[in-house]
Amino acid sequence: MAGNNSNAARAGLWPGFAAIALTTCYLAVLLAAEEQNVIIALLVLGIVIVVGAAWFGLFEGVNRSFAEREDAMGIFAIVALVALAAVFHEAHFVLLLVLTVMLYSVATLGLNIQFGYAGVLNFAGASFFGIGAYTSAVLNTHTAVPHLIVLLIGGLLAALIGSLLLLPVLRTRGHYAAVVTIAFALLFKTFLEVNDVLGGPQGMQVPSMKVFGWSFNDNIDIGDITLSFYLNYFVVSLLLLIAAFALVRRLERSWIGLNLDALRLDETAASCFGLNIARWKITAFLIGNFLIGIAGALFGMVGGFVGPNNYTFADSLILVSILLLGGIGNPWGLVVATFIVVVVPEKLQTIQEYRFLLYAVMVIAVLLFRPEGLLPRPVRRYFPGWRP
Amino acid sequence: MDAGLLAQYVMNGLMLGMMYALVAVGFTLFFGVLDVIQFSHGDVLTVGAFAALAGFVGLNALGVSSPWLELAIILTLAVAAMALLGALIARYLVMPLRSAPPLNTLLITLMLGTVLREGVRLFYPQGANPKPFPALLPRSSFVFGDFNLRLDNVLMLATGVLVIVGLQFLLNRTKLGLAIRAVAQDEETARTMGINFTAIVLITFALGSGLAAYAGVMNGLYYNEINFGMGLYLGVIGFSAAIIGGLGSIYGAILGGFLFAGLQTIGTVMLPFASAYKDVFAFAVVIAIMAWRPTGLIREKISERV
Repeated sequence: MAGNNSNAARAGLWPGFAAIALTTCYLAVLLAAEEQNVIIALLVLGIVIVVGAAWFGLFEGVNRSFAEREDAMGIFAIVALVALAAVFHEAHFVLLLVLTVMLYSVATLGLNIQFGYAGVLNFAGASFFGIGAYTSAVLNTHTAVPHLIVLLIGGLLAALIGSLLLLPVLRTRGHYAAVVTIAFALLFKTFLEVNDVLGGPQGMQVPSMKVFGWSFNDNIDIGDITLSFYLNYFVVSLLLLIAAFALVRRLERSWIGLNLDALRLDETAASCFGLNIARWKITAFLIGNFLIGIAGALFGMVGGFVGPNNYTFADSLILVSILLLGGIGNPWGLVVATFIVVVVPEKLQTIQEYRFLLYAVMVIAVLLFRPEGLLPRPVRRYFPGWRP
Repeated sequence: MDAGLLAQYVMNGLMLGMMYALVAVGFTLFFGVLDVIQFSHGDVLTVGAFAALAGFVGLNALGVSSPWLELAIILTLAVAAMALLGALIARYLVMPLRSAPPLNTLLITLMLGTVLREGVRLFYPQGANPKPFPALLPRSSFVFGDFNLRLDNVLMLATGVLVIVGLQFLLNRTKLGLAIRAVAQDEETARTMGINFTAIVLITFALGSGLAAYAGVMNGLYYNEINFGMGLYLGVIGFSAAIIGGLGSIYGAILGGFLFAGLQTIGTVMLPFASAYKDVFAFAVVIAIMAWRPTGLIREKISERV
C-alpha cells in the first residue's frame, strides 16, 4: 500500500515540475526580449500554449501535482525564482520587475486573507502599501532604526492605522464596508498631497537598505562577475514571499482558516455555531494589512522613492484585479496573476498608459463570464490524500 | 464673523448640498429597485459633464453663440446620453449579476467606474488635465453689503429645486412613479400586478443617471472647471449622503446631501488649516458617519432573514 502511494505521488510530481520549468523558461525569454514585436509574438504564443494545454486537458495533471505535492512544488517554484535571478544577475530592470512581482504578491496574499478567507472588503490595499513605504521613507531618513526592524514597523503601522477603520468595518457589511475603505483610500491620497512633512505631491526619497553594515545599493563583485545590487533585495523579498506564502497557506488549512471560511460564507450561521464574528474579522483585517504594510515598506526601499501618485485608489483596484483574475482564495493563482498584471504592461510599453482601463475591462469580463477567476480556488482538503 | 461672509458660506453650502443631493438621490433610486449600489454612479456624472463640454465645443464649431440655447442643448444632450448609459449599465452589467454574490455586483460597478474614468482621461482630448467649463449663465450679481449674491448660483439653485420637486411629483403623483415605488417595495408582488419589472428598472437607472449628468453640468458651471476624477469624489460623498438619510428614502437622500454639505462647510470655517485639508476632512466625516450609524440616521427596520 505504502509503495503504491509513493509511486502515485512520484507520478504526480512530473506534470507540475514540467509546468514550472516551462513557465520559467518562457518568463526568462519574455523578460529578456526587448523588441515590441518579439514581445507581442511571445505573448500571443503564451496565450496559444495555455489555451491549447487547457484544450487537451494537460492542466489536470498539473493541478493534481499542486494539490498532492504542494511542498515539493513550492520548492520548485523557489528554485525557479532563484534561477530567474541568476540568469538576470546583471539586468537591473528585469530584477526590479521580478522584485515588484514578488512584493505585490506578498501584498495580494495579505489582501487574500481579507477578501478570500474572511470576506472582509478592503479597497484601500494600495494605501496600506503606501503606509509601509512612507514608514520606511520617514524612519530611514530621520532615525537610525535598523532596517529590518523598519520593515516590521511598516507592517505594524499599516495594521495600526488599519485598526482605525475597524469600528466602521465591523459595524457595516457588504457595500457599506466597501465605502469605508474607498473613502479611506481617497483620504489617504489627498492627505499625502497636502501634508508638507511627508513631502506633499513631490513625495520623498527613501534611503537605501542597510543590514548589519551591508549596504544594499552597491553592486556585488565576485571575481569578474558583477551582481546587480537588486539581488540583495531579491534575497530579502524571496524570504518575505516564502514566509507570507507559508503563513497564508497554513492559515487557510488550519482551524482558523475553517472559521474564516464559515464566516465568509454565512455570517449568521457561523455566529449560530458560536464563532466570534468580530474577533475573526479583526484578525483577518489586521494580519492582511500587516503583510501589505511589510511589502510596502520593502518596496519603498527598493524603489528609493515614494509619492502620493503611487498609492491611489486606481492602484488599490489593480490589487483587487490581481485577486480576482487569480481566483479569490487561491495563493498560487495570485502569484500567476501578479506576474501577468505587473509584467505585461511593463514589457508592452504601448499598453502601459492603458493598464488601469485594460485590467478593469478584464475584470468585468471575468465577472461576467468566469466569476470564479482564471485559477479557481480548489475545494478544501480536510485530510492528506482526501478527495472530495 | 460678519453677516456677509456667513451668507457667502451658506450659499456655498447650499450649492454643494444641491449637487450632493442630486447624486445621493440616484444611489437611493438604484438601491430601491435592485438593492444594489451602483458604484460607477459618480463616474457617470463625470462622463455627463464631459459630454456637455464636448457638446459645447461642437456647438461652437457650428457657430451657435446664444448662451441660453447652448446651455439648453448641452444640458439635454448630457442628460439624455447619461440616461441611456445608465440604462445600458443596468441592462448589461447589473441585471445579469442579480443571482451572483453581492461582491460581484460591487466589483463590476467599481471596475466600470474605472473604465469610465480612464476612458475620459485617455480618450477625451487632453482629458488628463482639468478642463475649463464655459460660463454660460449670466455673470451679474446682487450686492448686499459684503455679500455678493451671484445670479448664476441663484439660477442653479432654483433649477435644482425644480428638478427635485419634479422628481417628487413623478414618483408620488404619476403611474410610473407608482410602479417604481411598487418595485422598490416588493419585486414579486409588483410583477404579479402586471408591472414590467425590467422596464421599470431600466427607467429608474436612466432617471438616476440623468440626474447625475445634471449634477455634473451644474458642477462644471459652478467651478468653471471639470476633471476626470471629480466623479469619484462626488460619488463617494453622494453615497455617504444617501446613507446618512437612510438608503431607499428620497427625502433622506436630499436631507443627507445638505447635511453633509453643511458639515463640510462648518469644517472649513472652524478649522484654520481646513482649506488644504478640505477633502481629507470630508472623507474622515464619511468614515466617522459609517462607524456611528452604519445604516443611516433613520435606522433600517429589518431583522436578518435566515
